[in-house]
Amino acid sequence: MTMASTPDSASSAASPRNRDDNALVQIADLQMHYRTRDGNDIHALKDVNLKIGESEFVSIVGPSGCGKTTLLRILSGVLARTSGDVTIAGRQLKGPSPEIGVVFQAPILLPWRTVFENVMIPVEVQGRNREQFGARARQLLAMVGLQGFEDKYPSELSGGMQQRVGICRALVHDPSFLLMDEPFGALDAMTRESMNEELQRIWRDSQKTILLVTHSIPEAVYLADRVVVMTPRPGKIVEIIDVDLPRPRLLSMQNTPEFGRFVTAIRRHFNSEGVLDA
Amino acid sequence: MSNAAQESFKTKLGNWALALLTFLIFIGGWEAIVRWLDVPVIILPPPSAILVASWKSFSAGELLFHTAVTMYEVLMGFLLGSICGLLLGFGIALSPLAERIFYPYIIAFQTVPKVAVAPIIVIWFGYGVSSKVIITATIAFFPLLANTIMGLRAAPQDQIDMLVTCTASRWQVFRLVRLPQALPYVFVGLDVAIVLSVIGAIVGEFVGAKAGLGYLILQKNFSFDMPGTFVVLIILSVLGVGLHWIISYLQRRIVFWIDVAGERVTGA
Repeated sequence: MTMASTPDSASSAASPRNRDDNALVQIADLQMHYRTRDGNDIHALKDVNLKIGESEFVSIVGPSGCGKTTLLRILSGVLARTSGDVTIAGRQLKGPSPEIGVVFQAPILLPWRTVFENVMIPVEVQGRNREQFGARARQLLAMVGLQGFEDKYPSELSGGMQQRVGICRALVHDPSFLLMDEPFGALDAMTRESMNEELQRIWRDSQKTILLVTHSIPEAVYLADRVVVMTPRPGKIVEIIDVDLPRPRLLSMQNTPEFGRFVTAIRRHFNSEGVLDA
Repeated sequence: MSNAAQESFKTKLGNWALALLTFLIFIGGWEAIVRWLDVPVIILPPPSAILVASWKSFSAGELLFHTAVTMYEVLMGFLLGSICGLLLGFGIALSPLAERIFYPYIIAFQTVPKVAVAPIIVIWFGYGVSSKVIITATIAFFPLLANTIMGLRAAPQDQIDMLVTCTASRWQVFRLVRLPQALPYVFVGLDVAIVLSVIGAIVGEFVGAKAGLGYLILQKNFSFDMPGTFVVLIILSVLGVGLHWIISYLQRRIVFWIDVAGERVTGA
């Protein structure tokens, strides 16, 4: 939550913030095979190479079955990779790590816990200081506009509010790397746009490194420094596009020709693959 | 807001009034038909005769005594059976080995009608309360066992994954998700078990007893005291409804989130 003094105003044009030498996340030659129940071998990820710099925002887009969710599950440590190297903050990824926070497609809140107790789950699991991180949890909830909802139960909240609680839970233990798996897919278009704005603000304030998986090309472009385009069978990266739109970005920017060029460049891949999506 | 609350209060009051009215019509109709058709008391006693009989039975002190005995058997048997079912349910849900070793026997045991086993248990544990407690426990055991196993396996995978990504250990996943997810199931088990426990105690008393409501029913039956038999039957159903109500109340308090989600499993 500490605001590092970033020289944002001067050349906010692009994002090659220490991407290569000082990458927070390094994925090298990642392969993922698995066998389905009827014995077919699925090549879910093929030769995935990706480096993500500190405080960088990277989006992954691709049609269903391109392996983007598999990649996220591997990075979050719940799925073991077939081969390849994954390092996060200099350490080999061997399973779930407290360096990582995950926002899921659904909020996945526990209905018997209040909003505050839900946010505190990682703190409790990792045995962190309850007082110190409790204050942080309240601060995060206030940041996403949920002040006063701490003692409510999830069932009393709207879908958008629940997802914001999920975001707070992913951030509460102060991880350096935030994984987001289509976090706004279930929300209506209006809520989704305002959540995109909010996520941009959270990212700027918290200086987290974020990897966002999404179905929506405009969402990917709007939020990211770089957009990773993946295609299926086998799941692989076909292009990585630098989005050098100035920040902070406004929602109205989505109607500009510059923005449209990025969207078109990405969509081209799916047209040529015959798998138009989103 | 308060308008809506008032509205719901009115509906509730209306429902109560309707229930009371139905009850009164039923009782009144019963009394009228018995008197009108001149049905002998020994076939079907009118409500008024039952009321008189219950007063006699109560003032003689026998009703209170036998109710207390049966109540004791029901509660002790229920506790013993549920605790055993709960513990074994945990063991089986957590260890596939325990499931393979014990489950076939449990199913075999469950298939045997407890009424058939009751005489053996009475021979082993005597004509006193302990044999009834054991018979009740054997009946209360299975609903708890089955529901505990099902409940502990009911935790959604995404909740487990969420905890695992937070670096939760197996024990933490158990404590934070599996256990709370099992509670609604455990309460369904408790609700079934408490009602069955009343049946269990009566079955035990039918087979051989010196006291209890089951014993009282047999006694009244032998002496062709039909109103007296009805009194005991009514006491039994009031007991059952009361015990069920207590479990429902605890359920609403403890697994409150199920009620909120509108997934109540049992109706009063």
